[in-house]
Amino acid sequence: MDFDLSDEQKMLKRTVRDFAEKEIKPTRAEFDEKAEYPIEILRRLGDMGIMGMAIPPEYGGSGADVISYAIAVEELSKIDPSVAVAVSVHNSLGCDPIVKFGTEEQKKKWLPGLASGKKIGCFCLTEPDAGSDAAAVKGTARLDGDEYIINARKQFITNAAGADLSLVFVMTDKEKGYKGISGFLVPTDAPGFSRGKKEKKMGIHASVTMEMNYEDCRIPKENLLGEEGDGFKIALWALDAGRIGVAAQAVGIAQGALNEAVAYSKERIQFGKPISSFQAIQWMIADMATEIDAARFLVYRAAYVKDKGGRFSKEAAMAKLKASDVAVNVSRDAVQIFGGYGYMREYPVERYYRDAKITEIYEGTSEIQRMVISRALLR
Amino acid sequence: MNILVCMKQVPDTAIAIRLDAEQKSIDRSEITYVVNPFDEYAIEAGLQLKEKYGGEVTLVTMGPDRADEALRTGLAMGADKGVHISDPALEGSDTLVTAKVLAAAIKGLPYDIVLCGKVATDDNTGQVGPALAELLGIPHISGATTLEVDDDAKKATATREVEGGFMRMEVPIPAVITAEKDLNAPRYPSLPGIMKAKTKPVDKKDVASLGMDPSSVGLAGSKIQPMGMSLPPVREAGRIIEGEAEEAAKELARLLRAEVKIL
Repeated sequence: MDFDLSDEQKMLKRTVRDFAEKEIKPTRAEFDEKAEYPIEILRRLGDMGIMGMAIPPEYGGSGADVISYAIAVEELSKIDPSVAVAVSVHNSLGCDPIVKFGTEEQKKKWLPGLASGKKIGCFCLTEPDAGSDAAAVKGTARLDGDEYIINARKQFITNAAGADLSLVFVMTDKEKGYKGISGFLVPTDAPGFSRGKKEKKMGIHASVTMEMNYEDCRIPKENLLGEEGDGFKIALWALDAGRIGVAAQAVGIAQGALNEAVAYSKERIQFGKPISSFQAIQWMIADMATEIDAARFLVYRAAYVKDKGGRFSKEAAMAKLKASDVAVNVSRDAVQIFGGYGYMREYPVERYYRDAKITEIYEGTSEIQRMVISRALLR
Repeated sequence: MNILVCMKQVPDTAIAIRLDAEQKSIDRSEITYVVNPFDEYAIEAGLQLKEKYGGEVTLVTMGPDRADEALRTGLAMGADKGVHISDPALEGSDTLVTAKVLAAAIKGLPYDIVLCGKVATDDNTGQVGPALAELLGIPHISGATTLEVDDDAKKATATREVEGGFMRMEVPIPAVITAEKDLNAPRYPSLPGIMKAKTKPVDKKDVASLGMDPSSVGLAGSKIQPMGMSLPPVREAGRIIEGEAEEAAKELARLLRAEVKIL
């Protein structure tokens, strides 16, 4: 068993860290404050091959392994979790389902643009009455000659602000329940598509989240992904993989918060000494670091199993369950170490704390992760 | 166009430097290394010339085995191949010996231009580039903030910053140009570039294969012998003068006169 990253993975880690430190860190607070979508940063990450990590080189992607993907998302998240989730959703939910389920024509048409970061992808499953119960979607699609006509109201869509392509899950046959759900590739310039309200959120402000509406939205019938009725299977497959990305994002949040807390504890003088000399702080830092390592190894393990081609639902769910819990706890403790300053927006740790909570919710709540894990054990 | 870029692996400037027990060198046990930041500008300039004129960018470095990592970083940015001169006998080489070794490696290669960083951030001498030009018998411009190369007219034009203004210089090529930090914005290695870097050819050279005598290199062959190194003095903690403003100001004036002796 080898705990070392490969030379390529180490260089990727250094490169993304360097990019995040130099190109994202200086403006992250401003993007958060203005709730502005960092499209220029995503384009530059596209130039670096980070927006099509798993896309094969013949479609313009990097053809990288899943551990590399987790490394890149963590390094971005350490500096800005909003950028990290935009990258994660684009890769795992926007690109990978096309790689896995798309026809040759669909791959040729969509993947090069997505891989270069010149086009942004998003994933539209959630509806007002269909969250954890994704099979309850009410949106529909019906075939009309050579076109499908889609009617749906999708919400909480990550990357909605920049998306050029949406992967939308709607009912093609209500009688069949979840087996009647189908996935469609809908470009955001399709007639009948419109963006709805921009949500005001607790955290990840720069990951602008919106409603996406499809009203008699017409698309060519070739835009069906897989077969009619494959939608639920595709969505669950994508979310399994996406969870590795969210888990990596959570590890990044925790590591970023810990780094800030360690630096601050050495500088902050109280009672005539740096607070890092107090055992109360030392023990917190030791626990934070240990929890982060545990979470990171679960993420790498899930990525490793996926790289090997095995079933990874349980491993991905465990990684996300643990890492999101760690992100919330560690960022909360980081605020505690900063004391009153930690509560102020002028210091970065309150943002990590706000950003952490969502990792316990999106791409499957912690409760859903426990269902996935226990099902695998009790089947 | 054949473009050579000389580069060096240096300690990361973001980390704290400690000295070894003999105080003649830095303690390398806990150091992380990076490509000398000035060399990144030289690599970027080389890649831009390749994009304009075609050809190849070859990286040349002298350094221990770990310097391979710096070469791979340059290859991941887009350089085509590397030359790595590594030999225990080279340990302690001064700038002139370093330039001689680089010149020996370069003389066997085709080149239209040689690019270097202006200075390495570890030893901070800025001598290797100009010395290399002298040894190769070609002109050089140091500290270029702009660079245009005309491959058809076989000339290079560069801007240098001088006291109170700028100087524009033109040289015939081949020439050595050393890069100042505003020359360009070095690209980040791309993920496909990183994945390809390992498979790009790196020619390993040692002192013997360059036809040099081991006694003419390293500390033994160097005219400059380091005598010692010292860290800058640690800044002492400030002192806060308590009390009412008027009293405190008087005390401050007294201290500046009596203790600091600057008034």
